[in-house]
Amino acid sequence: MNDNGTGTHGAVLPDTPAPRDTPLVELRRVGKSYGNVRALHGVDLAVRAGRVTCVLGDNGAGKSTLIKIISGLHRHTEGDFLVDGRPVRFGTPRDALDQGIAAVYQDLATVPLMPVWRNFFLGSELTRGPWPLRRLDIARMKETADRELRRMGIALDDLEQPVGTLSGGQRQCVAIARAVHFGARVLILDEPTAALGVKQSGVVLKYIAAARERGLGVVFITHNPHHAYMVGDHFSVLRLGTLELSAARGDITLEQLTDHMAGGAELATLKHELSQVRGVELDALPEDLDDTFPEGTI
Amino acid sequence: MSGGGQALGTPPAPGPGTGTGERDGRTTRRPPALRLLARPEVGVFLGALAVLVFFLIAAPSVRQGGSMATVLYQSSTIGIMALPVALLMIGGEFDLSSGVAVITSALTASMLSYQLTLNVWTGVIAALVVSLAVGAFNGWMVVRTGLPSFLVTLGTFLILQGVNLAVTKLVTGNVATDDVSDMDGFGQAKKIFASSFDVGGVQVKITVVWWLVFAALATWVLLRTKYGNWVFAVGGDQDSARAVGVPVRFTKITLFMLVGLGAWFVGMHNLFSFNTVQSGEGVGNELIYIAAAVIGGCLLTGGYGSAIGPLFGAFMFGMVNQGIVYAGWNPDWFKAFLGVMLLGAVLINLWVQRTATRR
Repeated sequence: MNDNGTGTHGAVLPDTPAPRDTPLVELRRVGKSYGNVRALHGVDLAVRAGRVTCVLGDNGAGKSTLIKIISGLHRHTEGDFLVDGRPVRFGTPRDALDQGIAAVYQDLATVPLMPVWRNFFLGSELTRGPWPLRRLDIARMKETADRELRRMGIALDDLEQPVGTLSGGQRQCVAIARAVHFGARVLILDEPTAALGVKQSGVVLKYIAAARERGLGVVFITHNPHHAYMVGDHFSVLRLGTLELSAARGDITLEQLTDHMAGGAELATLKHELSQVRGVELDALPEDLDDTFPEGTI
Repeated sequence: MSGGGQALGTPPAPGPGTGTGERDGRTTRRPPALRLLARPEVGVFLGALAVLVFFLIAAPSVRQGGSMATVLYQSSTIGIMALPVALLMIGGEFDLSSGVAVITSALTASMLSYQLTLNVWTGVIAALVVSLAVGAFNGWMVVRTGLPSFLVTLGTFLILQGVNLAVTKLVTGNVATDDVSDMDGFGQAKKIFASSFDVGGVQVKITVVWWLVFAALATWVLLRTKYGNWVFAVGGDQDSARAVGVPVRFTKITLFMLVGLGAWFVGMHNLFSFNTVQSGEGVGNELIYIAAAVIGGCLLTGGYGSAIGPLFGAFMFGMVNQGIVYAGWNPDWFKAFLGVMLLGAVLINLWVQRTATRR
């Protein structure tokens, strides 16, 4: 197993720009400190068009910090952040969106009490008319939202229904469809399957594959190696804010990935400890606990 | 689930049978009655109607045009402030300083024009600037510090209350300002802020018209403009809103400034209708405005509500307030009535929120 930290990062890019090969987004030794807490340190990551880059890690590994940097919510405090080979510093998520980088968050994807179509166009509303009377172009927004959602396989009877009434998977898909519609070149998905059931996770995974087919660069953040392995082209595992593993799909098996990600030894210990606890039947434990899905359940 | 994620050819791909079809069946339309009730203003409309009918029966003198004009006038002075307070509430914040801010505005205009013997319009403009500045300060403090607006505006409330009294005493040597009715421009300003007009023999205050105009304008902005969309979004989920590019800070600060604008307008009305301002007034009114907004179906936690709801909410206030007098009851009951209305409204809101977000 590769334990030499960040050294396994695949193709080292030459400094001369080669347009085809230049990653859409690239992080070089990026880090982030909040005061004296170093949440992230020395992370390399490349996102290419038509590729799914998976970022894995346990809670607190720095996944959220990483995507907040890429999506413009936070600024990195060390290293270089390049978009199309050019260094950038985003001040707001708007800056990132303008560069075609859109994030879909697990918990902050949508505003639950607002209707579906308003959510779809939130922050990028279509308007018509001259300024003092400039108003929302509701008909066009509803029509577009409906069309885009249908392309994603979601047919809603009523676009006026609050997004909060949709299922978790549908909400994620609304957010993904929105990002794709607004010309995202890089799609960052923050644990899109974390709160979903098996079937809904499958739906979301399909959209990830669909986005890749469209030529988008996808950053797929998850703590589920099975989901990652199903769609990923490159895997980066974070642990305690640093890059523990960075490997292309061909260089790693699902077992190795699972082991890296969860720390197989830790899990074995946990299982052993649980077996000591009266009342916990090990066989009855939910499968999620050890991240081992029977193959083919999804 | 059949088939893996990668076996997908074209993007718009999930065909029927892979989970798409079943969704249609699950999102059944809710019954029309339920959908209608889920509108933020429907509950308060029914409530206002009930209160109106009740007093029409209980207090015969309410049926006269003059009484109705009084009820509407009372409602309008609450309602004009309840509108921006409601927008701010939809945007997820409060303003406890709105009651005394009205007096601050009136005092500024009154004292500035009187002491410097200027045209009252100079005072009116200065008051506008002061009111907007107070709103901007509140908003800026809230977005800058991330403190609850309850705390920030409680601070402003106390500051303004103290400043109102102290500065007035300092300048005029009295707790009230001097009469401005003989100053330049007074008649003109009174025409705009505090005149009456005749409708079929009944004198109706101009504020009633402004109230309705502002409510219509607020409704349009809220439902038909980008800004309105942002107001719902920053109140509904500030972080989501920011993440999709909504200017959260701008929206919140301008919402606080709108409350300042409302305070300015009502302050000017008070000044030009009574000619002088009592510096200690206004305390407690902020809660009336907030109550009118809540009764009007605005969610205290933000993200949900309307501008029409608070219109009916303010009407309920005016109706109960005057209705008790016309019915010849002890006016002490007014507050008790309000309390019952508020609790009822809150319960309806709670139910609506649960219904609206139920899967």
